[in-house]
Amino acid sequence: MNHADNPLLPREFRVSKIARETHDSFTMELDPAKGAKALHFASGQFNMLYAFGVGEAPISISGNPGNPRTLTHTIRVVGPVTKALHGLGIGDWVGVRGPFGTNWPVRESMGKDIVIVTGGIGLAPLRPAMYEIMENRGKFGNVVLLYGARTPNDILYEREVKKWRSQFDLHVNVTVDRAAGKWKGNVGVVTTLIPNVHFDPYQATALICGPEVMIRYTVIELRKRGVASENIFVSMERNMKCGIGHCGHCQLGPHFVCKDGPVFRYNQVKRLLDIREV
Amino acid sequence: MQTMRTYLEEHPFFEGLRDEHLELLSGCAKNIRVESDEYFIRTGKEANYFYLIRHGKAALELYHPNRGPIIVQTMHAGEVLGWSWLLPPFQWHFDVRAVEFMRLVALDGECLRTKCEEDHELGYEILKRFTHIITARLHATRIQLLDLYNG
Ligand SMILES: Cc1cc2nc3c(=O)[nH]c(=O)nc-3n(C[C@H](O)[C@H](O)[C@H](O)COP(=O)(O)OP(=O)(O)OC[C@H]3O[C@@H](n4cnc5c(N)ncnc54)[C@H](O)[C@@H]3O)c2cc1C
Ligand code: FES
Repeated sequence: MNHADNPLLPREFRVSKIARETHDSFTMELDPAKGAKALHFASGQFNMLYAFGVGEAPISISGNPGNPRTLTHTIRVVGPVTKALHGLGIGDWVGVRGPFGTNWPVRESMGKDIVIVTGGIGLAPLRPAMYEIMENRGKFGNVVLLYGARTPNDILYEREVKKWRSQFDLHVNVTVDRAAGKWKGNVGVVTTLIPNVHFDPYQATALICGPEVMIRYTVIELRKRGVASENIFVSMERNMKCGIGHCGHCQLGPHFVCKDGPVFRYNQVKRLLDIREV
Repeated sequence: MQTMRTYLEEHPFFEGLRDEHLELLSGCAKNIRVESDEYFIRTGKEANYFYLIRHGKAALELYHPNRGPIIVQTMHAGEVLGWSWLLPPFQWHFDVRAVEFMRLVALDGECLRTKCEEDHELGYEILKRFTHIITARLHATRIQLLDLYNG
């Protein structure tokens, strides 16, 4: 096995672009070292990003799977690794292992309606799915994106979300928990949007990403609309170390989130959703 | 042309209500229009009406002395606005502004209370529907308290 094929060894990537998203999150684009191969990935997969001298964290890929030459990650600063990544500048090096994990069932859902429900940083792992859907728009029925954030200042990819909202073939609804008087969008939790949105619950695939508490309430509303639990997919987070199913760090009941997930059919994890860190 | 009766009949809030009750309610109802950015409910003012939203979007606002108006909920076509007319002191607890041009049916609270006192079956139907709305609102507020997007 040569260096490039060993999933435990990080490959070097250079920071090529940094954009501030919100007060605590940013998007970073990475290019492979000269002559190195691009990392092909599927929507929903993640990389282990290594901040040299500090450590590694699993971060979803938030860019376009159709353009694998650039690796895009959107990162919320919460602790040492994400803080170190935030401190990097253009041209600095990042170690990358991956891509790892399962993907959103976008191709498998062709011919059906798609309902995406997400909150906060959860839009990042779903943005590749949005790109994939938009590139094959004619192959899906209604496409709905329901996105919740705490305040208007916490909305990710604001310009892109506005563009999606203006498209006649997408139904995009953004809601916040509270807003000042100027805000023209919705106010209320994201789950309150589900009862009135137009899609065929018997012919729909639902993709959910957000904190577990949001997942739980979203599933309840989708089930009330008649979406079968086998057509609901959720992305789960657990602390990780190896990322390849060896160390057991990310165990969730009988599953390893790094290998069997992070995208699970809701049926697979519904009994485990109450379990915190195993 | 649509009559008040059909507006009521078509609104999800009155789904399944008996004919004679819809007829009674029509007598308490009127159509109103609100321009974008206009306030049509003000905190502390008498709550004489509740509203069925037929078109447009409304923002429920609470006034914060340092931060100005804070939107705590938005409401859309198909929804019902206001239950302060039901119980004393019949006063609004928030401001409501049309975020965009709105068409509403306004139901006169006093007229309705009188009819509900006279016909308890109608009163029970109305109360059941409002209880459902109040419960859903309480549930949504509780979920909101969980800070859903913050891990
Ligand atoms: C499959 C997968 C995909 C992920 N994708 C992304 C992504 O695209 N973008 C992103 O920003 N993060 C993502 N995460 C979460 C990220 O891996 C963690 O936030 C990571 O632990 C950060 O490492 P750290 O050293 O900076 O902080 P840590 O030292 O691990 O954590 C510092 C503090 O933050 C808290 N914390 C840790 N993780 C979170 C969290 N997710 N939310 C809120 N508080 C937290 C901890 O409890 C601790 O108190 C993903 C996680 C998984 C498992
Ligand atoms: S992180 Fe090691 S098994 Fe998943």
